Amino acid sequence: MSDTQKFDRADSRVRADDGLGGALRGFVDRMRSGDLGVLPVILGLIVIAVVFGTLNPVFMRPANLTNLLFDAAAVGLISLGVVFCLLLGEIDLSIGSMSGVASAILGVLWVNVGVPWPLAILAALGAGTITGFVYATLLNKFGMPSFVSTLAGLLALLGLQLYLLGNSGSINLPFQSFLIRFGQTMVMPGWLSYLVALIPGATIFWFGLKTRAQRAQANLSVPALSVLIVKAVVLTAIILGAVWYLNQGRGVPWMFLFFMGLVAGMEYVLTRTQFGRSIFAVGGNREAARRAGIKVERIRIYAFMLCSTFAAFGGVLAASRLASASRQAGTGDVNLNAIAAAVIGGTSLFGGRGSAWSALLGVLVIQAISNGLTLLNLSSSLRYMILGAVLAIAVIVDSLARQSRASHGRA
Amino acid sequence: MPADAPGDTSPILKLRGVTKTFGAVTALDGIDLDIHRGEVVALVGDNGAGKSTLVKILSGVHAKTSGTIEFNGAEVSIDTPGRAIDLGIATVFQDLALCENLDVVANLFLGQEVGPWRLNEVEMEVRAWKLLGELAARIPSVREPIASLSGGQRQTVAISRSLLLNPEIIMLDEPTAALGVAQTAEVLNLVERVRDRGHGVILISHNMEDVRAVADRIVVLRLGRNNGTFGPEATQEELVAAITGATDNSVSRRAQKRDAVTEGEVS
Repeated sequence: MSDTQKFDRADSRVRADDGLGGALRGFVDRMRSGDLGVLPVILGLIVIAVVFGTLNPVFMRPANLTNLLFDAAAVGLISLGVVFCLLLGEIDLSIGSMSGVASAILGVLWVNVGVPWPLAILAALGAGTITGFVYATLLNKFGMPSFVSTLAGLLALLGLQLYLLGNSGSINLPFQSFLIRFGQTMVMPGWLSYLVALIPGATIFWFGLKTRAQRAQANLSVPALSVLIVKAVVLTAIILGAVWYLNQGRGVPWMFLFFMGLVAGMEYVLTRTQFGRSIFAVGGNREAARRAGIKVERIRIYAFMLCSTFAAFGGVLAASRLASASRQAGTGDVNLNAIAAAVIGGTSLFGGRGSAWSALLGVLVIQAISNGLTLLNLSSSLRYMILGAVLAIAVIVDSLARQSRASHGRA
Repeated sequence: MPADAPGDTSPILKLRGVTKTFGAVTALDGIDLDIHRGEVVALVGDNGAGKSTLVKILSGVHAKTSGTIEFNGAEVSIDTPGRAIDLGIATVFQDLALCENLDVVANLFLGQEVGPWRLNEVEMEVRAWKLLGELAARIPSVREPIASLSGGQRQTVAISRSLLLNPEIIMLDEPTAALGVAQTAEVLNLVERVRDRGHGVILISHNMEDVRAVADRIVVLRLGRNNGTFGPEATQEELVAAITGATDNSVSRRAQKRDAVTEGEVS
């Protein structure tokens, strides 16, 4: 199997990063040029675990971590949605209010009107979809910048939330229902959680083998089997370890698995479909995308609709977590937490770079900080200041990495 | 009628009396142009000569005011960019319009991905290598983002992309304007290879050396009109004269006088 015959190894100027050593060398190269990937997040999580774990031992207890995952799912879903807007180089500042409106719709329809909860959820999601369509249309037809239209939307939606809740101010949701148990107590059985923990590694391994076979058949260079095995084994070990630790306490929340499933699905949409490719293209160079025949306006509509719909879904989960739909839902730091999570996870504010995973990783960081500060009995005033600083640092890292990539000739 | 290229094959693209007016301004006035298979036609002229207007008409950005455009012997109207692409007229605009954040394969196949619901990366990569190989294009890796490529390599990617749908005619608007010596040579080599694949090439350039290096015919536009067709052996002076209209003055004026005198004698 001579390398000179491979299509992609014909040029002698390309270093063939084969095997484990090659993979490591490529990784170091990427880091040095500012393509940081998930490294800052991993480091951040370790620092958070050490600092808060030392300050208050409760932080690292399995029961607290399970709690943390319950909290993370709702904000995580909102963050997953805003990734689509950020990838286009747009932003949605009203996701917090949207989640609040969704929880209000759920509460009013389910409790006050008596609609079955699945239908109430559908109505809430539908409200999100419509809102996203309105933002995209304002941008497409009137050239209204998304940060202005969504800022207006933030206030309007907050008003709608207060109007829907009326004088009562807060609606308690039935404790015994499936939705509330899903949001508060339901965890996976131990054996099932271990089984599910094997899926990511197995998937990577299976599809890696398939890609290898296809590439070999097409006379392209084949990534080393050792790299694939190491990746799959390390990932599986990390997840199994985490699941084992959580199972020492309450276990893995179903709600978090649900969130992870949606993240994986959206990652597929972004990286493996024409729609996802178009989103990256529009975020990278709108004019180039238009000339390539991509319907930019339609892509915007879908992206904004996905963003607001996920925000609404996040609101539904938040309501089920709190077992109530209140005036406070979606206010305060929800908005910025969700955007900060996406940015911390590695989605650029400047468009064209990011992933669905960034929502998952970022929300873990944000929730961990939030949870740790709460355990230290710090008032929300201090919490807001610290989270604000974290967001600022994340944006600085994003901006510096972008400059470094530009000077190293990487997008 | 412009001089036809060698061979008795009928032209792929045939323009007769194409005129474009913007209000009171006549940008193009009765342009005739033939493009044959496997031929590089250079379109030269000063600023405001109408080169870009002609390109925009042929790429479907502007609509012509009058005149006829025949494509493979049938009269056509090119009213949208999509129509031009469907006919088989590909355009590489001066600003290349590539997505810097995507890799070479993604840029080549942008909007034409194989497998919309499940991208077939392997198939796309193989086709990308084959296309680049046919053009002997020097792209080291197709999995690098465009941002890491040089100007010449980007131009190569843009030209390759225009060939992906196998067009009959490819129009290049100032392909060497921003390039260094070696990269210019690379792009000109590429133009020749595109021609050898049997495509018709329309090359727009201000650089007379480049034009004479690759063009089979040089069509000069001046103030929106045809102002002569030259072979690649044309001298710099002849071309400059045709472009600037210097011939309007001494030599041609005397010839016109002579013509007027003989006409007077006849009548």
